[in-house]
Amino acid sequence: MADGVFLALAVLTIGSAIAALEMRSLIYGSIALMGSLGGVAGFFFLLDAPFVALFQLAVYVGSIAVLILFTVMLVRRELIFRKVEDKRRRMAGIGLLLVFMVAVGAVVISSGIHDMETDSPPVDFRDIGADFLIYYWPALVVMALILSGAVTGALVLARREDGPD
Amino acid sequence: MALIEFVLVSVALLGVGIYGLAVKRNAIRMLFAVEIIINAANLNLVAFSRHVADSGGQSLALFSIAVAAAEVAVGLALVVVAYRMYRDIDIAKFRSLKG
Repeated sequence: MADGVFLALAVLTIGSAIAALEMRSLIYGSIALMGSLGGVAGFFFLLDAPFVALFQLAVYVGSIAVLILFTVMLVRRELIFRKVEDKRRRMAGIGLLLVFMVAVGAVVISSGIHDMETDSPPVDFRDIGADFLIYYWPALVVMALILSGAVTGALVLARREDGPD
Repeated sequence: MALIEFVLVSVALLGVGIYGLAVKRNAIRMLFAVEIIINAANLNLVAFSRHVADSGGQSLALFSIAVAAAEVAVGLALVVVAYRMYRDIDIAKFRSLKG
């Protein structure tokens, strides 16, 4: 069954995911989001996928969370702390969350993956590198184009036209 | 290590993300919820990749992380533009589509 590290990571990940959505301040919320993404990276380490884990740490915790923090700091101060939401809508949301988790959890538990264990050795990360260069290189090129297009698009969107010259 | 534990954590993360998307009206918090959902999907991919002992799942997770980075960049730029137009990040205020 689950060992201590797994349980600690699960509590860290899910707890900080909830904290990221529920904290009053958006800044603390984004720091909690960092904790949640780091917890997912810990799961990747547990799953013998150190390459994906380090990629997750570098891209998510290192760049996306910092990008979010900077955007939050661009927003006016009182908006960072304001929480507008309906009480009823929130109750309905919690109900939706519980129904979803119980329903999907029951389906997953009663399905065939319940007793799936593995004795196979973990995938070597050198295989991933070989796959990337042999099978997925067109996808890598497309990905590079998408990334540069997205960054250019973001720059064009966020540009001020009325700013000081 | 059993696969079911990781899948259950992933279900919990997906549930939290759906809750955030359904309840929150703050645009940045909705982006947080989308990030949480994407991470639930990645966790599933890597868990199944470990248990099937195939590197395809890990490769797909790497692509997914890269696409999520692009999505966040564009999403945050949209939030900044909307904030500049409306002086607010409440999505209920973003009513008009005119520039």
